Amino acid sequence: MQFDTTELISFMTNWSVILPALLTTVLMAILAQVLGIALGLVAALAGRSRNALVHGIAAVYVWIFRGTPVLVQILLLYFGVPVLLGGIDPFPTTYGSLPGLIGGAFVAATLALGVNEGAYMSEIIRAGILSVDSGQAEAAKSLGMTPRKTMSRIVLPQAMRVIVPPLGNEFNNMLKTTSLASVITVTELVMVAEMRYAGTFKPFEPLVGISLYYLAMTTIWGVIQSRIERKFGAGMNRNEEAGFWSRMLSMSRGAPHSGGVR
Amino acid sequence: MTEPTGHVHGTDVQVSHDLLGAIGGVPRPSGDVVVEATDVNKWFGKLHVLQDVSLQVKRQEVVVILGPSGSGKTTFIRCVNHLEKIQQGRIFVNGRLIGYREVNGKLVEDKEANIAVQRQEIGMVFQRFNLFPHKTALENIIEAPTQVRGMGKAEALEMGQALLARVGLANKAAAYPSQLSGGQQQRVAIARALAMKPALMLFDEPTSALDPEMIGEVLEVMKELAREGMTMIVVTHEMGFAREVGDRVVMMDEGRIVEEATPETFFSHPTHERTKSFLAKIL
Repeated sequence: MQFDTTELISFMTNWSVILPALLTTVLMAILAQVLGIALGLVAALAGRSRNALVHGIAAVYVWIFRGTPVLVQILLLYFGVPVLLGGIDPFPTTYGSLPGLIGGAFVAATLALGVNEGAYMSEIIRAGILSVDSGQAEAAKSLGMTPRKTMSRIVLPQAMRVIVPPLGNEFNNMLKTTSLASVITVTELVMVAEMRYAGTFKPFEPLVGISLYYLAMTTIWGVIQSRIERKFGAGMNRNEEAGFWSRMLSMSRGAPHSGGVR
Repeated sequence: MTEPTGHVHGTDVQVSHDLLGAIGGVPRPSGDVVVEATDVNKWFGKLHVLQDVSLQVKRQEVVVILGPSGSGKTTFIRCVNHLEKIQQGRIFVNGRLIGYREVNGKLVEDKEANIAVQRQEIGMVFQRFNLFPHKTALENIIEAPTQVRGMGKAEALEMGQALLARVGLANKAAAYPSQLSGGQQQRVAIARALAMKPALMLFDEPTSALDPEMIGEVLEVMKELAREGMTMIVVTHEMGFAREVGDRVVMMDEGRIVEEATPETFFSHPTHERTKSFLAKIL
């Protein structure tokens, strides 16, 4: 067995295949993460509601989507929902005017990843809100601020300091979890690697190739993340941030959960 | 003659003698009676923390509430702006029932939005300052005027700078709370409350979390406010302040008001046994 460097380079620089796959991976991760943050915020705020029904819906959502594998959720959405809907296929191969990259499988995978992510983000945001001293909300209220303004202008901005580090971790994870979309035929990085070695019978090189791309994406994200964290530290007296390399090389300390496909 | 203890806290801080000039003079309460609390009762579970508390505060009056810890004094002033619920009684500020609507003689908690409007008239200063740590001193002050009152940013900034200057912090506008001393933070907190032009100021042990050398600068600002005619309820352990600035001193113990008198009478001829033993311990 020999490692074929030429094959690795040839695969990695096959731009007409690699670039759309990279774009698909990044786009899917960003969209799913944004959806996850939005759903997580709604669920976290709903979880604080005094209304038992609202509170209950949020709790059930988190319970179900954290309690089942995301791969099963993807499969259920892509194969199960069309069955439920009878004749209507919400996930056709292409959506007419939309670019071919964004087909039904892409949409299904992004939705499933986002809804799953929302359950985790809800817990992260909830913890962030709880981390803010109750005196802050009292001060805001005593100045006549409404509950909504108190949350959006005083509590959440401070909660961000606690939310952003695990959020960065979540997105790092999301970049890699998108690989699951290959099982429902989304042409992302794993899919193009598989298609490559199905023809060449050399699985090692394309798998190393996409690993390098995943590593590049998560590394770039690590840089962006430390910038964001510095921004949300404004006014906070705290110890010097862990440096870039210590972050990259360390286990994800302090994160509520880390790594791995769920 | 005993020197009021407030004087031992020396301070170099320059407090303007036209503090309220920064907000266009003394905010006018609508009537002569600013606070009217009658038979307020509150329970924390089985603990009866406020028992038939009645208190009237008139315009420009400074009422100082004294008492041992756990006597309900902090709980009481937190009820005045409805940071705490009450179970019985009524609290009116500027003639408006605070926190509740009366439906068939029963108290029904008001909507948060309505309570927020009522709180605009009531400034509060907390023991632990509670400045917004993600905002600078100036941003802390302009937050509520711009967000709640809808004041234009330029006008708010001008007022904020004027307030900061008058509490002796002209050069700290861009500082974050974490860069300020406790005394400085509390002066910013007072300026922040004043920026809403409140008809009433509540002080909840404003100097209890401060290092001794910083107490004076905060008391100086409070004395100036009192001198300029701000209506105030002050919960404190500063006997010197109570004696010097208070129009009336209220002694609370175990959730009740046990004695209420002018400072002269209160400190020289206390009538209630509980007051006598409290003063004996503290003076």
